Amino acid sequence: MDILQAFINSVPSSIEQGLIYGILALGIYITYSILDFPDLSVDGTFPLGGVVSTAMLLRGINPIICLLGAMLAGALAGLATGLINVKLKVRDLFSGVIVMTGLYSINLRISDGNSLLTIPRNAVTLFRNNALADFLPAGTSSLIISLVIALFIKLLLDAFFSTRFGLLLRATGDNEQVVTSLARDKGNVKIWGLVIANSLVALSGGILCQQQRLFEASMGTGTLVLGLASVIIGTTLFRSANRDYSTLAVLIGAIIYKLCYTLAIVLGLKPGDMKLVTALLFLGILGIESLKKGGNKKHVRA
Amino acid sequence: MLELKNIHKTYNPGTVRELCLFEDFSLAIEEESFVSVVGSNGSGKTSMLNIICGSIGVEKGKILIDGSDITYTKEHIRNKRIGRIYQNPALGSCANLTVLQNLCLFDAKNKRMNLTPYTDKKRIDTYKDMLSQLGLGLENMLSKRCGSLSGGQRQALALIMATMTDIDFLILDEHTAALDPKTSDVIMHLTEKLVRERKLTTIMVTHNLRYAVEYGDRLLMMHSGEIVLDAAGSAKGELSIDKLLGLFNEISIECGN
Repeated sequence: MDILQAFINSVPSSIEQGLIYGILALGIYITYSILDFPDLSVDGTFPLGGVVSTAMLLRGINPIICLLGAMLAGALAGLATGLINVKLKVRDLFSGVIVMTGLYSINLRISDGNSLLTIPRNAVTLFRNNALADFLPAGTSSLIISLVIALFIKLLLDAFFSTRFGLLLRATGDNEQVVTSLARDKGNVKIWGLVIANSLVALSGGILCQQQRLFEASMGTGTLVLGLASVIIGTTLFRSANRDYSTLAVLIGAIIYKLCYTLAIVLGLKPGDMKLVTALLFLGILGIESLKKGGNKKHVRA
Repeated sequence: MLELKNIHKTYNPGTVRELCLFEDFSLAIEEESFVSVVGSNGSGKTSMLNIICGSIGVEKGKILIDGSDITYTKEHIRNKRIGRIYQNPALGSCANLTVLQNLCLFDAKNKRMNLTPYTDKKRIDTYKDMLSQLGLGLENMLSKRCGSLSGGQRQALALIMATMTDIDFLILDEHTAALDPKTSDVIMHLTEKLVRERKLTTIMVTHNLRYAVEYGDRLLMMHSGEIVLDAAGSAKGELSIDKLLGLFNEISIECGN
């Protein structure tokens, strides 16, 4: 019963974290599901967003401007990955690894060599010491603010996908030949996709650091796997006939992932074990997916 | 006028698999002509199309459109004036997008791909009109994913979409080869209609000798990187499937087959 009680108590904060990580998952949804690009640079851009936002915040800058700064930094990192892949023709996985590795040092430079940065309790962040947070009932204000931001990003992304350029981005992941037939450079579209995705990932990192009032240099490890797990959980559970509404599924996937995470901690696993749990969970999902596909193929052949 | 001038093309240069396909290959195609191209496998038909479209480069020679040199123009830039249909119907549209979304994409080909909404409600009736002339029922499938269409439906859609913007050239790369005989006929009728209506300069590669004889106003037969038969006008009118087949066999015997 104690375990159940502990789990229920931590549900709101899990949902809150899930919403913040949901923005990350939306970024990874763009690269992985739409562009079909396994972008490992997110392991670097997630903490990049965190450190840029935190460093700016510690200099007394408005928290929203800090997040815009984080997005810009993420966009530049995405641009780097895209240029390395498209112009230098380096394989997609390696382009991401190169940027991820380089960003680790850059992030430490931005944090002045500190692997930890803490934001004081009295600092103005998105979640504390501002008019909105003071106005909302204490205890739920963080949850509401996370919900508003996540939904705002979701709606923005939905709007983007209903534009010509958004459609062209989807076409690029679907059939590159069509993009060439449309007299467009498919490489450029891919670069734009990486820019948008990584700016969302960095935004998510920035928001998370403001929420937990902490930046850790190691916070990026496993970002891609975590985001992919959220995307796959969400899109598998809510596989609607119309793929156009996957953004909500991805957000919910991130929340479910975070709830599972909390449950595992409550059941007695150490936070340090969680990367292994995530990896195994991810393996499980991918394994089931490919087994399903394999099964279908056999069925067709027979 | 489309011209290929003294084209040299070698595959895998400097390796044991080196294959010289074109040596001093030249061809001129008049504006608004409809050229059918036949030839055995490996004769260079598809390579010629790839060279025209810019999918592959050449070692020597020039490609000219109305006198201007496009030899080093990138494929996607050339595609502003070119529509191309492939043998594989899946290459002409996005499987995960709906018929309507694919139509919207191609409708925006020569417009800006910016942040304006892709659906223009006023255009939907135009799309439906274009599709209903096919008689394949596609006009009632606008919200279906292209991946769920049949090969014939997809190829017809690709043809409609490739010609819906203002292009000068239509490149058909065995575009009926993957379809059943009846659907092939439907697609060929549609091709002829679109080519004449839109006054497109067309190059059609085909293995179907009947189509090569029946359609188009010029016929080329290719063999190992050379044009062995070039018949236009009345000379083409006198060609029959049997004559073509005879010529085909002659070439094959020369090769020792």
